[in-house]
Amino acid sequence: MVVGKMKLTFQKRVKLAQYLWMLSWFATLGGAVTFTLGCFLKTELRRRGEVMDNTDIHCVPNTLMIVGLASMGINYFASRICQDALDPGRFPRWKTFLKPFFGCSVFFTTLMLISVILSYAMKGSLETSLKIGLKNGIRFYKDTDTPGRCFQKQTIDRLQMEFQCCGNSNYRDWFEVQWISNRYLDFSSKEVKDRIKSNVDGRYLIDGVPFSCCNPSSPRPCIQYRITNNTAHYNYEHQTEELNLFIRGCREALVYYYMGLMNTIGAVVLSVFLLQCSVLASVRLLQTSMEAVAGQENVEVDSEGYLLEKGVKETFMEYVDPVLKLLWMNQVTPPEAKAEAGAS
Amino acid sequence: MVLLKMKFPFQKRVRLAQGLWLLSWVAMFSGAITFAMGVFLKTELHRRSEVMHSMDIHIVPNLLMAVGLASVGINICAGKVCQDSLDPSRFPRWKTFLPPFFCFSVFLTSLLLVAMILSFALQPSLEESLKIGLKNGISFYKDTDTPGRCFQKETIDRLQIEFQCCGNTNYRDWFEVQWISNRYLDFTSKEVKDRVRSNVDGRYLLDGVPFSCCNPASPRPCIQYSLRDNSVHYNYEYQTEELNLYSRGCRQALVSYYMGLMNTIGPCVLFDFLLQMAILVSLRYLQTAMEGVIGQENVEIETEGYILEKGVKETLLETKEKVKRLLQLAQVGDASSTTPGTQPEEEKPATA
Repeated sequence: MVVGKMKLTFQKRVKLAQYLWMLSWFATLGGAVTFTLGCFLKTELRRRGEVMDNTDIHCVPNTLMIVGLASMGINYFASRICQDALDPGRFPRWKTFLKPFFGCSVFFTTLMLISVILSYAMKGSLETSLKIGLKNGIRFYKDTDTPGRCFQKQTIDRLQMEFQCCGNSNYRDWFEVQWISNRYLDFSSKEVKDRIKSNVDGRYLIDGVPFSCCNPSSPRPCIQYRITNNTAHYNYEHQTEELNLFIRGCREALVYYYMGLMNTIGAVVLSVFLLQCSVLASVRLLQTSMEAVAGQENVEVDSEGYLLEKGVKETFMEYVDPVLKLLWMNQVTPPEAKAEAGAS
Repeated sequence: MVLLKMKFPFQKRVRLAQGLWLLSWVAMFSGAITFAMGVFLKTELHRRSEVMHSMDIHIVPNLLMAVGLASVGINICAGKVCQDSLDPSRFPRWKTFLPPFFCFSVFLTSLLLVAMILSFALQPSLEESLKIGLKNGISFYKDTDTPGRCFQKETIDRLQIEFQCCGNTNYRDWFEVQWISNRYLDFTSKEVKDRVRSNVDGRYLLDGVPFSCCNPASPRPCIQYSLRDNSVHYNYEYQTEELNLYSRGCRQALVSYYMGLMNTIGPCVLFDFLLQMAILVSLRYLQTAMEGVIGQENVEIETEGYILEKGVKETLLETKEKVKRLLQLAQVGDASSTTPGTQPEEEKPATA
């Protein structure tokens, strides 16, 4: 059962080859754009790599970069094929190359679609990774004298200022950790001793946040210490105060930012995917219609082009069989050799 | 005395025309880039216009934009002229157009050089403008309830965070103004009353700075209040503390930023200027070489090209005479239309 059969006159074949040549150049550009977007996404993820616990999400930009490069190669060959297609003398040399070419192309084009799906599917993994990363960042905020953690303070401060966020889920995350180092605490003072005795672990916990949580849009100078104490500040009620600190948590801010990026990239990659599919379908039609003409004296006859000679399942098995045979051959021969040795 | 005479055989003329056509396309792009850079500089100046007192510095990007646009037009004309130059039948129609075109183009191209010089010459003016603008911004920091000034706080805060600076010259500028509004001061407390009484104007002055002066690179949590009092903070000496706040003043930070921008734009503008002058000189040579060919039967003869027919001084005098004559004609035309009675008087001496 032939799939996608079409009659192609000589003029139609010529037009198809010409349009395909132009389309393949656009698709090459599309592949380059995909590669660039992959690089950009990877750079952005690496910039905030210090507040991410794992690098699982990096599979999305990695896939995009691979697919972009592959797509540039595929479309380059597609343009060469359709340049040679109208010359019956030069077309036959592509004969053996075309089957693996189509196999590879379909594989990489499917990979493009998979990368778009992945970018949405990995949102949960990104959120978990950020949750753990930010939790650690906030815990190690005070350790500016510990090698390996000394930059956490600067990282978290700059992150909170740039993304206009405070803490992991909200500003109250800062109340649960000691973010002021012991080096700057006067242990002879009563206040410090009281606070340390007030909890089991002996940590100096306060209802205060670092300065990077302060919102510049607030009409009054920032209140960062004794936030929950209304009497400590004149004309202040922490329940109704909204503009003093950033309300959003950094986890939400970062997830929102990256999802926005991936939505934009996903839309562009999807259009490149459609372009790529149309290029491959056109090359296939051109190839099959030229094969019908090959060997004939009069090249200007009508011919039929099709997408698949047999049905989808049968064609898939045709491609997969050689690969399976290669894998099976290594397993089948040793028992046969043993049986032969036994028989002789 | 002809200025810079050169011989042009037919082949050389053809090559000149072709090279000039290509160069005019490059110069067109260069002009577009100059325009884009002017727009960018203007946008950047506009973004920080709230802390600038005067708009004098805007003349630099305005000039760049005007000249960039004009240069695109000039180069399109130049391209058209050299397309027509190799066809002796189409070239003569440009005859009357070319001399004013050259004057106009040379004037506009020299404006590029003027813009470059201005970008360095106006640095003191920019600094002065920023000094006054920042002083006002810091004075009105607390007035978040006064219409027209309510955004000063946010502007100054975001400026200090983005440019990593504090105050006008340094952080001590904040000690001299009241930057906490009276709405948030408890006038019944002793501390507030003491501070307000301690100075003539009754302002609440303190040795503290807003949070936006805090440096994230500091190893300790930010100290913004009681900066001069070592005893208030544990293990703190304000004389040796360097990383706590930003040490740079915002005026210096902004001047440094804008000078950096203009230093980057400068070489590109210079390149555009040189390219444009090269095109104008080549076009002049082409025009004068082609004028030697017009009217002749054999167009493949050798001709001479020059920049100016006479010397520089004589050409300037000639141009002055031409302009005077044009102005006189305009005046005489007005005079003859308003006083017809003078004519019989002129005839009288003839008859006498």
